Amino acid sequence: MPAPSSHVAEVPGDENTAGDERAHFDSLIAREQRIEPRDWMPDEYRATLIRQVAQHAHSEIIGMQPEGMWITRAPSLRRKAILLAKVQDEAGHGMYLYSAAETLGADRADLTAKLIAGRQKYSSIFNYPTLTYADVGVIGWLVDGAAICNQVPLCRSSYGPYARAMVRICKEESFHQRQGYELLLTMMAGTPGQREMVQDAVDRWWWPSLMMFGPPDESSPNTARSMAWGVKRHTNDELRQSFVDMSVPQADRLGVTLPDTGLSWNGERGSYDFSEPDWAEFAQVVAGNGPCNAARLARRREAHENGEWVRAAAVAHATKRAARGGERP
Amino acid sequence: MSADWPLYEVFLRAKRGLNHVHVGSVHAPDAAMALRNARDLYTRRNEGVSIWVVASADITASSPDEKDAFFSSSADKVYRHPTFYQIPDDVPRI
Repeated sequence: MPAPSSHVAEVPGDENTAGDERAHFDSLIAREQRIEPRDWMPDEYRATLIRQVAQHAHSEIIGMQPEGMWITRAPSLRRKAILLAKVQDEAGHGMYLYSAAETLGADRADLTAKLIAGRQKYSSIFNYPTLTYADVGVIGWLVDGAAICNQVPLCRSSYGPYARAMVRICKEESFHQRQGYELLLTMMAGTPGQREMVQDAVDRWWWPSLMMFGPPDESSPNTARSMAWGVKRHTNDELRQSFVDMSVPQADRLGVTLPDTGLSWNGERGSYDFSEPDWAEFAQVVAGNGPCNAARLARRREAHENGEWVRAAAVAHATKRAARGGERP
Repeated sequence: MSADWPLYEVFLRAKRGLNHVHVGSVHAPDAAMALRNARDLYTRRNEGVSIWVVASADITASSPDEKDAFFSSSADKVYRHPTFYQIPDDVPRI
């Protein structure tokens, strides 16, 4: 529809209907009610959520890789079974989230295509390598710990299907964090070499974990709008602080040193002070220049392409069975 | 391509005595595979004793746009609720 002036262009279609719908949406948000799939919602709300949920789903899927490479090299059958279950959970979380994204009108195959074409992001943390088995423990403790800080508030996301997916995910993340911490406790009770491996892994993962919460609030332009919409519940810096406050006593108990000389208790604030992560490094990793960006995407693309014949065979089988008259589970 | 796999909505009965409840969706080439995918995805921790899958395209739903008109006939029938009736306090067990 041609817009005679910029003023008119802001309200396309029937002015009253659009206004009513917007008012209804705003009142649902104001009353902390959930928005459900077929409700009217502003285009920007839908686009923001699709981007957020897809990015979250992609992170779960790519997140299988750093730990997945250790499944065949787990030190015991017990550790292998645990790691297998954990990586399978990550796949499951990705599926819950793609399912939620689809209720917004996104197409799952299209999201996968965008991921492997590098047109949609995933969490920068998964672009770092896992060098020893201690990394498996530290990822569970710190990376999944940071994910829990991020995700628990999202169980109250204003978008119903996303909030419900987050409830399922958070229930399962607790196992992830605890298995990691238990693994590290076991290694810390082992040989000096094992303790060194744990400290080395902590040194490498601490700063990338802090970066998981995203840029500082003053460089996060969309935060205010996302908070007004209830798709974000705390700012990046608030979440980062709660993660630091949670992790310091856990590091003490474990007997490792967090690699930040600026870390100290601030009695006035009732929180730990800590140093700024290297935001230039963060920008580089987000831009695709981290240590493993290319390898992660290549692996995902390869898995997708090598799975093509399986998907085709499943369709052929289903078609044949339907032609024979009926399908039975 | 999985784009050709239709979407199925998944309903779980958490335990005997409860209704099936919608939990999400899966893509699958047919209903039999949808059931297996749903088992793998939604019951990794004994969350269900029974699963239904229904092709999403086969679901007919009320529209949120007509919410008020569609449900209005029940809104003004307060006499359908027990609290509508005044019963003296000295009537036992009612």
